[in-house]
Amino acid sequence: MKEGVNAMERKRFREIRIILHVLRENRLTMISLIILISIILMGVFAPLIAPYPDAYKGIPNVEEKYKPPSFKHLFGTDYLGRDILSRIMYGARYSLLAAIVIVALSVAIGWPLGVIAGYRGGLIDDIIMRITDLFLVFPALVLALIIAFILGPNLVNSMIAISVTWWPWYTRLARAEATSLREREFVEAAKAAGLSDAQIVFRHVFPNTMVPIIIQATMDLGTAILVAAGLSFLGLGAQPPTPEWGLMINEGRSVIFSAWWCALFPGIFIFITAMAFNLLGDGLREALDPKLRRIRRLG
Amino acid sequence: MGSLKRYILKRLLEGFVTLMGLTLITFFLARVAPSDPAALWVGLHARPEQVEQARKELGLDKPLYVQYLIYLRDLFRGNWGISYRTRRPVIEDVLTYLPATVELALAGLVIAIIIGVPLGVIAATKKDKMVDHACRLIGITTLSAPSFWLALLLQILFARMLGILPLQGRLSPDISEMYPIKHITGLYLIDSLLTGNFIAFQDALLHIILPAFALASYSLGFSIRMIRATMIEVLREKYIVAAEAFGIPKNKIRFKYALKNAIIPTLTILGIVFAWNLTGAYLVEMVFNWPGLGTYTWRAILAVDYPVIVATTTMAGIIMIITNLIIDLAQAYIDPRVRP
Amino acid sequence: MSMDMPLLIVENLKTHFYTYDGIVQALDGVTFELYKGETFGLIGETGCGKTATALSIMRLLPENGTIAEGRVLFKGENLLEKDEEEMRKIRGKEISMIFQEPSAYLNPVFTVREQIIDVIMAHQNLEREEAEEKAIEALKLVALPDPERILGSYPHELSGGMQQRVMIAMALSTNPDLLIADEPTSYLDVTVQAQILEHLKNVKRKRNLSLLLITHNMGIVAEMCDRVGVMYAGNIVEIGNVRQIIKKPCHPYTMGLLAALPRPETRRKKLYSIKGSIPDLINPPSGCRFHPRCPYAMEICRRRKPQTVEVEPGRYVACHAVERGVVT
Repeated sequence: MKEGVNAMERKRFREIRIILHVLRENRLTMISLIILISIILMGVFAPLIAPYPDAYKGIPNVEEKYKPPSFKHLFGTDYLGRDILSRIMYGARYSLLAAIVIVALSVAIGWPLGVIAGYRGGLIDDIIMRITDLFLVFPALVLALIIAFILGPNLVNSMIAISVTWWPWYTRLARAEATSLREREFVEAAKAAGLSDAQIVFRHVFPNTMVPIIIQATMDLGTAILVAAGLSFLGLGAQPPTPEWGLMINEGRSVIFSAWWCALFPGIFIFITAMAFNLLGDGLREALDPKLRRIRRLG
Repeated sequence: MGSLKRYILKRLLEGFVTLMGLTLITFFLARVAPSDPAALWVGLHARPEQVEQARKELGLDKPLYVQYLIYLRDLFRGNWGISYRTRRPVIEDVLTYLPATVELALAGLVIAIIIGVPLGVIAATKKDKMVDHACRLIGITTLSAPSFWLALLLQILFARMLGILPLQGRLSPDISEMYPIKHITGLYLIDSLLTGNFIAFQDALLHIILPAFALASYSLGFSIRMIRATMIEVLREKYIVAAEAFGIPKNKIRFKYALKNAIIPTLTILGIVFAWNLTGAYLVEMVFNWPGLGTYTWRAILAVDYPVIVATTTMAGIIMIITNLIIDLAQAYIDPRVRP
Repeated sequence: MSMDMPLLIVENLKTHFYTYDGIVQALDGVTFELYKGETFGLIGETGCGKTATALSIMRLLPENGTIAEGRVLFKGENLLEKDEEEMRKIRGKEISMIFQEPSAYLNPVFTVREQIIDVIMAHQNLEREEAEEKAIEALKLVALPDPERILGSYPHELSGGMQQRVMIAMALSTNPDLLIADEPTSYLDVTVQAQILEHLKNVKRKRNLSLLLITHNMGIVAEMCDRVGVMYAGNIVEIGNVRQIIKKPCHPYTMGLLAALPRPETRRKKLYSIKGSIPDLINPPSGCRFHPRCPYAMEICRRRKPQTVEVEPGRYVACHAVERGVVT
């Protein structure tokens, strides 16, 4: 019986080995990882590498207003004459941060709730699932708008608002996993060994629900960027002069036909970042998802 | 058949309870907002007594739970209140704007079905080959584009640069004057077809293409990914191995045996897609000046227009519940194990 | 083709599975023969490669499986050299297979009628009514009452035993020469097990079928089979007539298997079990794969894989110790 428990732990290390193996093999996944790291570095070192390090501020420079792309300003300038390339570099911080925080928060709320609901079952399960279902029926984006508006429009609040709409998906996922785990032998074995419920949940149930959660979280990072940018586009997220990519698109919207570069380039970066996250998530999923496993062990 | 009726009833009841919870939450959420609707109602230059008067008229001075009960009572009577912003009955506004959004969401759904489902199936049957990778790449590309940015891009490309598609709106102003569409469902494409108004139909179709694609982009990517996964899972099932063992031709296995089993999760996926389209349409609506519910709701939120916020959220909730019910019934029709 | 030539000859079959942990050498040179009209049992513990053998013969291995070496001669022709369409015509028509878990192997969203008719029509160009008649015939073959009702039912509406009988009917509806039954009763209740085995015996007689019966249950072998092959870790270690093997097993593993059966005559206090556990097939033991668990293991067992030797007419054993007369 103890063997069974140890075997589960050994299995986890094997999962990590598989991830590394697949990441090395799959070229697209590798490329997306490189792109992501580049964007992260770009955001982190923005003050050092941006051609116009003050561009993130709100200082107007009327003469340089709406200049098209040139050698001086590779991506042109915006309505305040600020260099768009530099702003995009700074903007990486906000978009990446938003994606990570949103997913992290949603997982932090949804995962434990789901595990508890799935493992305990009964009344607790019912209550949690009712609440979850309620949130799921609620049109997510409307809820996010409302909450963002209530809390006051800024980036942090929009992240919170979006997380509030997102956690139910993780609860459902975790619950499904936890429920199936509940029936498995190693749980019975652990109980027979005298472990308390809390110990079982922490040491055995939680870690074994981790894989699907991680897969979903990585895939959701790509979507999270889009949603966060969407809220900023509407004016309920980041506020000027923050160089957030979604907000920049909004700022460029009114001059879309004359100064198209203002809205185009930030969007391209959102697109690239989301795509990198999605490719990474997809690659991870191919590697880890037992249902999609390319190579399987036969009993 | 009696059990089917009972099943529907039971689901409707559950939906009703959920809806109650929904209205409750929205109601109280709206009131937490940092704005005074009474002040908004009377305008900026009102005197304090006028604001007080407005508050009494709007019933905002009563305790919260009383307000909620009054609201519920009115809701059931079909009185969804008057918008603080437009001063029109909310029901009127909703019924004016809802069809536009529904039409857009449906158009997006159709695109996801026509393009997304076949690509997902093909990718699954040719797993790990070039075709599979190509389909997955297409899916991820469409999944990663921000809808509002894509909308702007499409506008620049097709409306401005190429000039082949209209810039915004649902109909050209002259068409809507000369060939007005009779209002049956509110969905221009359907109504114009039903009344034989082909000129208007063509115009409406041209207008809906760009916004529909901008909206459908995310759903397309999502559909391809999920349907591929579903199909792969089904193709690994034991009854597929058995079918092969019995010598059933491969095409028949895929397109009859596997497909029918894959339809059920696919329907669920498409339901989610439709719901997202419906609620996420406002980003696209804004760019294309599409007179839909999304823009209306958003303006209501900014203006703290309580009745509208609660009403549209409730409406969206109802649509979701009905959609889920339809999906469940379709599921029961296809999968004999689920039947009550 | 003479009457003496075996219907199925499996020669030195080696099958590998590719996994992230390495290559699983599931079959390590499986060799046996099956004669027309006989019931040949393939017995072994779970994981010894019985199912892999069946799938290899049918060429139904999953994506990560491959046949590395060997020949499978059916009616004199090597199945491994046939292309996909030729194999498709053979599957379900000349060689049929039934599986362990009937509820999982029957498609839940189609009626029995649809599924049987599809099998029949996959191999014959018939009108739908004719196919349906054949379907009813097949159902009657396994003594299913009220065939009309069964045809209209969905798999989940039938009991386990009935589902398995439907599968047998499907398999026999095309009148195959060989039926491979992979643990057909493992998922059924004991009482139903006996029924299914009776049905199998019946249809075998009526249709003059040859049967390859895969199981882990020695009792079933004793009941059903004429000859048996004992498998361990991807090898066949002993082949022979069932009565003789049970009375006097030669290979140490077979002896262990039989000794492990609880019998009322031997009043042992403890249940016997072979020490050790099934080896890892990615890194199998060197030489004879059984040597780590074998009470008669010698130095040569670790170094060289034993050849299969005919110790008596019709009795084949692969064991160094037996060759040297060390085993009692």
